[in-house]
Amino acid sequence: MIELRGIGKTYQMGTTELVALADINLQIARNEYVALIGPSGSGKSTMMNVLGCLDLPTTGAYTLDGETVAGLSEDQLARVRNRKIGFIFQSYYLMPRTTIADNVAQPLIYRGLAPSVRRERANAALARVGLEERVLHKPNELSGGQRQRVAIARALVGRPNVLLADEPTGNLDSKTAREIMGVFSDLHREGMTIIIVTHDAAIAACCRRVIRLHDGRIVEDREQAGAVAVDA
Amino acid sequence: MNDAAHADAPIDEGNRLQAFVYALQECLRSALGSIRSHRMRSFLTMLGVIIGVASVICIVSLLQGLTRSVMNEFQGIGGNTLHVHAETPREDRMLGKWARLKPEDLDLLKYRVAGISNVTPMTGLNLPGGLRNGSNTSGAQIFATTSWYQLANQSFPSAGRFITDSDNNSRRRVIVLGDKARSDLKLPEDCIGEFIQVGGEWFKVVGLMEARGEMFGQSMDNYAVIPFETGRALAGPWREPNMAILLTVDDLDAVTDVKSRITVMLRRAHKIGPDQADDFQIESSQTMTETIQRVAGTITLVISAVVGISLLVGGVGIMNIMLVSVTERTREIGIAKALGAPRSFILMQFLIEAMVLAVIGGIIGIGFGWLLGELAAKMIPHFPPPAVPWWAIVGATGFSALVGVLFGILPARRAANLAPIDALRHE
Repeated sequence: MIELRGIGKTYQMGTTELVALADINLQIARNEYVALIGPSGSGKSTMMNVLGCLDLPTTGAYTLDGETVAGLSEDQLARVRNRKIGFIFQSYYLMPRTTIADNVAQPLIYRGLAPSVRRERANAALARVGLEERVLHKPNELSGGQRQRVAIARALVGRPNVLLADEPTGNLDSKTAREIMGVFSDLHREGMTIIIVTHDAAIAACCRRVIRLHDGRIVEDREQAGAVAVDA
Repeated sequence: MNDAAHADAPIDEGNRLQAFVYALQECLRSALGSIRSHRMRSFLTMLGVIIGVASVICIVSLLQGLTRSVMNEFQGIGGNTLHVHAETPREDRMLGKWARLKPEDLDLLKYRVAGISNVTPMTGLNLPGGLRNGSNTSGAQIFATTSWYQLANQSFPSAGRFITDSDNNSRRRVIVLGDKARSDLKLPEDCIGEFIQVGGEWFKVVGLMEARGEMFGQSMDNYAVIPFETGRALAGPWREPNMAILLTVDDLDAVTDVKSRITVMLRRAHKIGPDQADDFQIESSQTMTETIQRVAGTITLVISAVVGISLLVGGVGIMNIMLVSVTERTREIGIAKALGAPRSFILMQFLIEAMVLAVIGGIIGIGFGWLLGELAAKMIPHFPPPAVPWWAIVGATGFSALVGVLFGILPARRAANLAPIDALRHE
């Protein structure tokens, strides 16, 4: 479903060129559960931005769900993000002034859905992460783990093809982190494609496939069977 | 999952309008939310617009009140009354020549112009001593006219009678008083038959005119009327009276025709050459009200232009705060973009926020200006009550909205053009 061929990304920093990604070839199929790991500066974030259509690669071809991403305009990219990708960020990135329900429904606004439809789907998504009681709370009234659940609900509400999580447990204690990983595992079991960017080996251990980046290149790509048991 | 991913079909042409309405609704909600969460700042931002709009509304309401009260005064005179008076052209004035309407002109209009009636001479008298009743005096304006004055000017006595033709023909020494003149002379309400002195001569009070009230703090009842021929006799035969002629046009549609007929007649009688200006003026209540409206319109326009500039300054204030707000909310914009907000949505969101700020400011300004107008009218003695016309309300609101949109463009563009990853990373 995701296919990267010869992807490269260079940043122009003054006169020097900074190579963030070089010659990445990668295929991720439907319902895979992938960890993208590597030390800081290895190109993880750039990879995440490219995968999430937040940034365009300098070279190479990226196909997502049969759609070639290269050459799309900003608004077309926004459309792809809105319909095919669910983002989960380390610091949740929720809107502080609006309720949980409105936060979750936000991606649906950009699809031109009616308020009643948005509310219904947001409530369903919140129920899925176990927060149906909290719909009218503001984000600052929730714990970190609850906030991340809200973010997951927001990522799910648009029924995306793939969930992209960037250090989803980075701000959480280990117990809450395990709970969040449990949510991901459940989603994986239900058929969702999940890519988690992390530098935490324990998190990576929960995934089925681990891709290690170093200096902008893939240095390791291995499957690990039966590693789903997080509660162990 | 495959099915779920395609549950939302792409927006087709049919519901694009509806999607736009939902987006608009969402932008409005977010704008109000953002304004509410920064109440003080929003208010200060609006202040420029509030002051600008308040001053327009205040001045326009005062002007409107003024014109309306003047118009009401003139409405009593009637649209078919013409007022002919001498008007010296400027070149003649510099030569020291003063135009006059003469008794011959009166006869000319009376007997040679068709379609008019109630032709009445009217002349102001400046008599030494004025009006006197014992030790009480009055500075009332005294003028001499005929019985037709009542019809031509639409003013009638409330007690006693007006001057009659017989009074005029036999130069009887009778006088009709305005209410203010009566009270100044300390005469009782029922003063018919009393004798007072006019320019040192004894006159009998035969009538009392209906009270007309005040205009601009000036009494409209401070006058006295004597027969025209009596007035001429008092002034002395050697003085040509400076008179005006009042008349009514029988057919309201023929006012313009009658005016041009009178013009031709008087120009011929006064021997005015083809390239010379008239030495008289024909005014109808219509031309007077038109003049007042024109003057009020000009003042309104000039003031609106000045205040328009202050509104622009208010717009700059809005732009300034919106730019700050865009910087503050960079992260928020980044999130919206990551979640798939198109450029146009972010643009609309900030444009609407600027517009809502300006329109709320405008509405507060309208209320404030209305209050200010009422207050000012109360403080100035005898000032007519102000009126806020609907066009001022619509105009002020519309102009505020325009200012908001205009000055919202720059901040909104800045917000819409943010790159999503940079905006997300912004601290």
